[in-house]
Amino acid sequence: MNVPNNLRYAESHEWILVEGDTGTVGITDHAQAELTDIVFAEPPPVGKTLAAGEVAAVVESVKAASDIYTPVSGEVIERNDALDANPSLLNTDPFGQGWIFKIRLSNPAEAAALKDPAAYGAQIGA
Amino acid sequence: MRTPLYDSHVAAGGRMVGFAGWDMPVQYSGILAEHKAVREGVGVFDISHMGEFFVGGPGSVAWLDSLLTNNVASLPDGTAQYSLLLNERGGIIDDLIVYRLGAENFLLVVNASMIDEDAAWMTNRLVEGVTFENRSAEFAALAIQGPLAGGIFEKLFGRGMPAARNRILQIGGDFVVTTGYTGEVGFEWILPATEATAAWQRTLEAGATPCGLGARDTLRLEMCYPLNGSDLSPDRTPLQAGLGYFVDLEKADFVGRAALVAQKLAGLPDRLCALRVTDKAPPIRPHYPVWVDGKPVSETTSGALSPSLGEGIALAYLPGEFSKPGQEVEIEVRGKRFRACVRKKPLYQKAS
Repeated sequence: MNVPNNLRYAESHEWILVEGDTGTVGITDHAQAELTDIVFAEPPPVGKTLAAGEVAAVVESVKAASDIYTPVSGEVIERNDALDANPSLLNTDPFGQGWIFKIRLSNPAEAAALKDPAAYGAQIGA
Repeated sequence: MRTPLYDSHVAAGGRMVGFAGWDMPVQYSGILAEHKAVREGVGVFDISHMGEFFVGGPGSVAWLDSLLTNNVASLPDGTAQYSLLLNERGGIIDDLIVYRLGAENFLLVVNASMIDEDAAWMTNRLVEGVTFENRSAEFAALAIQGPLAGGIFEKLFGRGMPAARNRILQIGGDFVVTTGYTGEVGFEWILPATEATAAWQRTLEAGATPCGLGARDTLRLEMCYPLNGSDLSPDRTPLQAGLGYFVDLEKADFVGRAALVAQKLAGLPDRLCALRVTDKAPPIRPHYPVWVDGKPVSETTSGALSPSLGEGIALAYLPGEFSKPGQEVEIEVRGKRFRACVRKKPLYQKAS
């Protein structure tokens, strides 16, 4: 399983890329493999304010719907519209084109408290 | 419980889940790929969890006709028919396949979740001159389905697959029947549990794609084949479920007949309808509310994003006035409503 070095991770298998006060959020390679074929994704609307740990998005495989949690608090500033037409990007490129939303961090300390790649890798046995 | 193929599934990359008390593969490579393999090539499913009952004796035809909705007396030797086991209220206990192996010799294949209940129901009503044996544990079964199933059949059995549906071949101690639950041509192979692993291996080597319960569900739902426990229940009759074709009200009395006749006279309260989602919507799942004219009237019993159609599909019992093809409804998903339309069954039809 791929666990990129430049990201932080939530125990619930989301990743975040922090650049200044902006975070880009998606699900990990491990998560997409567990979820199997993703056929629908519902990223959060732009402007929505979320608290860390809150449900931000829903992704659905053929068999099940799964909640995606935001690892940090803030306001959604962009959603990945490409997932509307092509939700399988979550499977094929989870750390790239399969990103789900961008959030303006209201408390950057939350991101620092997330797992580093080594800790997340240990969690999933990578 | 585990079928004799449990280790084979794990070895083939099967993702095992609980189903009706059994550890079964929900998928191997992926549900979408497996679905496509069956629609365009050939797939193999382990259906060893299903139950096998053997019925025999001089009274067997009359006894089966007294318990099942379809006409057993008219079933030719060497053929199979779909039938239903009803309670006194006409509600569905189980749906099953009756195989006529000989004049007074039958095999019934029943749903895994219902083996004990069906066996108890039948043995409690056993009469003189009929033998009943639940031999479910002794048998394994494979369903081999898809346009290329005939080639697998030839490789396995060294002869051509019968072109007609519902034909039974007895090969050694095995029963091979041209039936299925996918809408594709193919066959089901019932064989001694001890031979299952070798049979599975030979089928894979012959070119079949291993397929799990996930694809089995999307394939059957596209065809609007009901799933007992989801679309069928002891509280609804086969008439409501749209299975009247498999009910012979003209034959002698059978359990549930009086209730069906009464319901036919009174009119059906609702009917199991096929729905196709017309809005872009999340996948439909069981128990989503169905709305008509701004009011919740029902809920889905099954639902999926159809891999073949690329659109949402579902089944739901709708009151008679809303059950006609063309009726517009809405299906509620997480508090939002999406438009759908009642369609003729099946929802998927193969381009010929």
